[in-house]
Amino acid sequence: MYDVIIVGAGPAGMSAALYTLRANLSTLVIGKDGGALEQTDKIENYFGTGGVISGKELLEKGRLQVENLSGEFLTEEVVAIEWAESFTVSTQSNKYDAKAVIIATGNKRNTAKIKGLDRLEGKGVSYCAVCDAFFYKGKDVGILGSGEYALHEAMALNGLVNSITVFTDGKEISAEFPSDMKIVTEPVDEITGEEKVSGVRTKDGSEYKLDGVFVALGTAGAGELARKLGLPVENNRISVNPDKSTMIPGIFSAGDCIGGVLQIATAVGEGAEAALSAIKYLKSLNK
Amino acid sequence: MSVLKITQNNFETEVLKSDKPVLIDFWASWCGPCRMLSPVVDEIAEENPHIKVGKINVDEEGDLAASFGVMSIPTLVVIKNGQVVNQSVGVVPKQKILAML
Repeated sequence: MYDVIIVGAGPAGMSAALYTLRANLSTLVIGKDGGALEQTDKIENYFGTGGVISGKELLEKGRLQVENLSGEFLTEEVVAIEWAESFTVSTQSNKYDAKAVIIATGNKRNTAKIKGLDRLEGKGVSYCAVCDAFFYKGKDVGILGSGEYALHEAMALNGLVNSITVFTDGKEISAEFPSDMKIVTEPVDEITGEEKVSGVRTKDGSEYKLDGVFVALGTAGAGELARKLGLPVENNRISVNPDKSTMIPGIFSAGDCIGGVLQIATAVGEGAEAALSAIKYLKSLNK
Repeated sequence: MSVLKITQNNFETEVLKSDKPVLIDFWASWCGPCRMLSPVVDEIAEENPHIKVGKINVDEEGDLAASFGVMSIPTLVVIKNGQVVNQSVGVVPKQKILAML
């Protein structure tokens, strides 16, 4: 069991790791990549770099600092966070336990909205397979997604529903789905239905009759992870208290996934705040 | 006021014929987010004597859940004079629930 697991290896997550490690807490950082920062060519507005620096270089330096403090890194995709007495962070192949979790996954930028998704949420459109599988016993469902997160959702439904069709929305499949699941790679035009979901229409005009659609596009972002934990999410951002704690004791969040100005400087600051709150929380557990 | 367990048997008298607005929480034991919402709903029941608050376990009351078209949980429904006036899906902050009432 780790003291702290940090989900996300961008500036917020790594800044948090520096603080938890220096407080002698065992810390695991899990991240698929460096997120938005990794994509940034030139950074000129971040203090202490001595001039222009690339996102990649800044990330590498930050990572080295974390590793020098004996922080552990894992390049895996987190597909779920669950809580009972402690927290369990799942990737497609492993599970890791921790006493506290800091969510710093960043936020998806420019994700195109598929027609019908918002309107039919709760009426056949679901963001939580494990919560809602029950309502689709023996029914035909679709999954929007193409990667490990979509596979994780599919497996929560498999065996319970009648059929599963995976809609990759034009993306290539990047996980191994069971062979009895139908894969549709054509981009999705609309989730159809009036009062409730009736199916999916793809851009080529094909109609697929379905009772429900589970959304698992791309990687599990902060919004998805938080929804399943039962944290309030607004505009796909996690609602936090001023000290970066959340409604669940032991879960903290920082960086782009809590909104704000989406700057490296704020991400680093919030990561520090989240870590300090986590340190305080863990001390209170030991009293 | 305490939270009522709503079943097919008391649904008509406690909900449809209620003279107070009724807030219903559809939940199940396996649903993680429901565990987060539940204490918030309890608080609302305690602090707002002018409303009635009930919980429906979708596992036991599948027909009731279906009659409301519930397909995601947690779902909250507000009923006034036997009519659904508001509905929300997922965990919502307390202020938003109070605004629904």
